[in-house]
Amino acid sequence: MHIEHIDEHFNNRNVTELDSNYYLVGIEDYPSDNWGRFKRVVKRSLRGELFVGLWVVMREMIRFDIHTVQYPEEKMPIGPRYRAIHQMKRLWESDTERCIGCGLCEKICISNCIRIDTKLDVNSRKEVSEYSINLGRCIFCGYCAEVCPELAITHGGEYENASDQREHFTMYQDMLTPLDMMRAGTQVEFEGFGSITPHEDERVKKTPLAY
Amino acid sequence: MEMAYFIETIIKIVVVLLIFSALAGIGTYFERKVLAFMQRRLGPVNVGPFGLLQVAADGIKLFTKEDIVPTNVVSRVFKIAPVITAATAFMAAAAIPFLPSFTLFGYEVHPIVADINIGILYILGIMGVGLYGPLLAGMASANKFSLLSAARGAAVFISYEVITGLSILAPIMMVGSLSLIDFNQYQSSGITSWIVWSQPVAFVLFWIAAFAETGRTPFHLIANDHEIIDGFGTEYSGMRWGLFFIGEYANMFFISFVISILFLGGYGDGSFLGALGLLGKVAFFFFFFLWTRAAWPDVRPDQLMWLCWKVLMPIAVLNILITAIVMM
Repeated sequence: MHIEHIDEHFNNRNVTELDSNYYLVGIEDYPSDNWGRFKRVVKRSLRGELFVGLWVVMREMIRFDIHTVQYPEEKMPIGPRYRAIHQMKRLWESDTERCIGCGLCEKICISNCIRIDTKLDVNSRKEVSEYSINLGRCIFCGYCAEVCPELAITHGGEYENASDQREHFTMYQDMLTPLDMMRAGTQVEFEGFGSITPHEDERVKKTPLAY
Repeated sequence: MEMAYFIETIIKIVVVLLIFSALAGIGTYFERKVLAFMQRRLGPVNVGPFGLLQVAADGIKLFTKEDIVPTNVVSRVFKIAPVITAATAFMAAAAIPFLPSFTLFGYEVHPIVADINIGILYILGIMGVGLYGPLLAGMASANKFSLLSAARGAAVFISYEVITGLSILAPIMMVGSLSLIDFNQYQSSGITSWIVWSQPVAFVLFWIAAFAETGRTPFHLIANDHEIIDGFGTEYSGMRWGLFFIGEYANMFFISFVISILFLGGYGDGSFLGALGLLGKVAFFFFFFLWTRAAWPDVRPDQLMWLCWKVLMPIAVLNILITAIVMM
């Protein structure tokens, strides 16, 4: 058991723990005779529970502890593993596209929304000629990002995809990281499905060239 | 003289109509804000300063919305029902003195449309007629939920009207008049003369019945959103639905006025302070309607009827008996 080493704080939801805040509510038996019912009515009427309710809401009104997130102006932070509109990444070294046109994302896509077409370029290297994601079909399962061997297709954090047409988000050139972002070095690596874990460099072995 | 009286009455009616239509709208704004603050939300904030123009936006929406009369409804009844609700709510206001009489440009104004000697009887009767709105709307709507709502309305109505009538019988016996102005005069010599001190039971009973009368939350049965959608209002759209809404909120204001005048001294001696006091009391009762909506759950219709017939009615009758014995 190495639970102590986890820095992240988890809520203790274990009801049986002695130190938890949960307790069993005492529920009395229902009265069976009329006198018992009458006593229950009197007790419920005179215990003033209605005033407790009034006080609780009044206290919250006075305290004015508003929890509203005023959405278009304020936004909640979303998790790094959030699966929103796809992004196509570039290589840090050469700014060229990472996608090698292997077609695995097209194969694994369970809603058949990815279409990829490749051709050989002038250097006889495989090049992606057509790449489209039909976001009307996409269920944002994240399999494409998980299966991608080059970390080329990932999910981004752009969840505001209300538009006249969802196709506005699906052009390959739009999903691709812009070159000026590459020059500024601000391409954000995805930390969700299929991404490399931190300190991955230390674990990578040198390519064995002996054979 | 005749002509002057006629014109004065018409002006009063128009002023009451305009002010309370507007107040009904502002009432919805306050309801949203108060409920939101009590539930740690912000309520309307975007339209206008502090979301105040949300009322105007809603009004524009309601007025310009398509007026849909569904197939299979009884068209004429369906169309007249919302008008009954709104009209009766405002008709009831005719016998309510909203402020003490004051002098405007050398002309003495009595802010009551008609000081009739059966004021309370008239108000309760017209508010009772107001039930025809939900009842007819529910029965004409060709919708099972609306029909359920109408049935509930009729069943519950008999229960709470008994309490309303019996509870104010004891104060009426003390005052010896049915006019709200007489009630006000009876209590005009300060806080100690308020009827609430001599008739606390009647006050609480009438207050409880007022919640049933206006259909507010503990007894929000005939349009209970989580059980029967919007009840009688389910099939309505646009301003027809808006009329129900205006009727409901105007009713809340008027019943707040009635409680304040009947039990809490009304505008007292008729001074400016007394007028402010009346508005303050009305504001409190209106706020209490919203407060309970945030705090309390709804009861079932059978629970309300049980409460009215088996608990409140005996208490009301006892109250009348004891009052009568004490008065003898």
